[in-house]
Amino acid sequence: MLKPNLYLNLNMSRESWVNLSLLILMVLAPVIATVMDEVYYVNLSTRIIIIAMAAVGLNVALGFGGMVSFGHAAFFGLGGYVAGIAALHSFEGTLFLGLIPGTDQMLLIWPAALIMAAIIAVLIGAISLRTQGVYFIMITLAFAQMVYYLAISLTTYGGEDGLSIILRNNIVIGDSNNPLHFFTLCFVALLVSLWLTHRMMGSRFGAALTMAKLNETRLATAGIEPYSIRLVAFVMSAMITAFAGALFADLNGFVDPSMLSWHRSGEIIVIVVLGGVGRLFGPIAGAIAFVLLETFLGGFTDRWQFFLGLVLLGVVLFARGGLIGLMTGNARHG
Amino acid sequence: MTLALALEQLLNGIQFGVMLFLMASGLTLIFGVMGLINLAHGSLYMVGAFVCAYVTGITGSFWLGLVAGALGAAMMGVIVEVLVIRRLYQRDHLDQVLATFALILILSEGTAWVFGSQPLWLDIPSVLKGSIELGSVIYPVYRILIIIVGFLVAVGLYFLISRTRIGMRIRAGENDREMIGALGVNISALYTFVFAVGAALAGLAGALVGALQSVEVGMGEPVLILAFVVIVIGGIGSIKGALIGAMLVGIVDTLGRVFLPSVFQWFMEPSAAASMGSALASILIYLLMAIVLAIKPKGLFPANA
Repeated sequence: MLKPNLYLNLNMSRESWVNLSLLILMVLAPVIATVMDEVYYVNLSTRIIIIAMAAVGLNVALGFGGMVSFGHAAFFGLGGYVAGIAALHSFEGTLFLGLIPGTDQMLLIWPAALIMAAIIAVLIGAISLRTQGVYFIMITLAFAQMVYYLAISLTTYGGEDGLSIILRNNIVIGDSNNPLHFFTLCFVALLVSLWLTHRMMGSRFGAALTMAKLNETRLATAGIEPYSIRLVAFVMSAMITAFAGALFADLNGFVDPSMLSWHRSGEIIVIVVLGGVGRLFGPIAGAIAFVLLETFLGGFTDRWQFFLGLVLLGVVLFARGGLIGLMTGNARHG
Repeated sequence: MTLALALEQLLNGIQFGVMLFLMASGLTLIFGVMGLINLAHGSLYMVGAFVCAYVTGITGSFWLGLVAGALGAAMMGVIVEVLVIRRLYQRDHLDQVLATFALILILSEGTAWVFGSQPLWLDIPSVLKGSIELGSVIYPVYRILIIIVGFLVAVGLYFLISRTRIGMRIRAGENDREMIGALGVNISALYTFVFAVGAALAGLAGALVGALQSVEVGMGEPVLILAFVVIVIGGIGSIKGALIGAMLVGIVDTLGRVFLPSVFQWFMEPSAAASMGSALASILIYLLMAIVLAIKPKGLFPANA
């Protein structure tokens, strides 16, 4: 047998080939769908991209930083609510908290979502990161529940029923109502988040984060405080996920507390692990698999979550390393 | 009037706390002994409620249903432990979270498959339907029964763990699993037993609560998260912590929901006070947990783990 990286005689690892194919697949699918005039599949591809991006965010904390956050839906929903609330005030011409006017410009909404996510993530992270292990899992879950119940009690913004975005927010550099344009927008956002993650993990900061996960005593001995490294990674992770949330709200034209629910947090973890924890493209493979399972099993039977559970159980018990691990034949964990 | 209301709500809080204790004690026992974080504990609660409703419906006896609920959940617990959970003890917490999350999906959808998606209703025997007078408060008998059952379970667990041979093994297992294995204790049977006890307590809680609300798929999830809050506040692995945490969460949550809106009315207009009060009340216990963890990152009564 040839070794994987001699295969095709190119200086790329098999994982890079898998990654490249995933990217090509993701671009080709909506283009073909557009040519065939199947708007549904363009939007489905956009959905995959956005969910992948949410998982790319979580992967920074979970995969690279070893922080099992069970509350990332809080950030996903937060991004969504920023987009929804901005659009509502813009539509009604009213002021947020009587101070800030709404906007329907994505280029203003996104920074707002990122800043909000950063503020909330600093608060949540600063307390949660004092704890470790199971306590960290549960405290992040509890904070997310807190945000969830807050959203439900916000009757001004729809409470339990959620909030419609009547007109999709606009962007100056394209037509956001054109499905392919919107797809491209989300795809570029995903690429940027992947590139940032890649650059970050290649930097000194990334090395410190890896060491914080592997052996924090050693990191501390080297004169770097693990707590602040983790906090920065946690905040970055939350910001990427919130960005995805803002896009998701515009894709659906709708935000509701289910974006913040703990089931959603679980699903984002599932996607990261399904694809392969701590692999750059793991979340993408995971999102493709998850959304396709959801769509096609969901079309086949109402009880699709039963089968999702079986698949997930199988992956956890037997396929450590996730889908990318399976495709590259190199199982790796954690 | 206000005193009577306060007393009644305090009793409601205790009843809620007792129910949380039934859930939390199993969770914390399982974590303390096996080091397992079990998200599917809420599903066992749901199984208990469904089995109780089903058996009560067939036999007409609520008491039989209650026993069947606890036993049914324990049996489901044994099945799940032998098939899946057993493989997770040596894994990291992430794997445990995922596998038990998968179990939630499977058990929820499986229950919906077997019993349908419509909620079931559980009728309590007429003996328990009345109310009794406690001083100035008139309080439902059934809720008092829940409180009594909860305290009996607490006492029973205390005796089981501190006074019996199997309890000694459980405590030894918490401290050093290799050592008690070397001494000839069948660890995997011990673990299955502990898991079944936890499952039975969850099933009992589900069966008891099923009569207060509807029995439906997904009923275990809100309770599960509250039970997590309880054991995090109490200190994971500590049954005493679970009891105190459960009472704290039950009382704070119940009283917060009733009294916070009126407290806010002292300095706000009524409609704003109602919405602010209920918003704050719904996050009160999470605030409590955040404060406890910020001060004591391992909870109020950290177990020796």
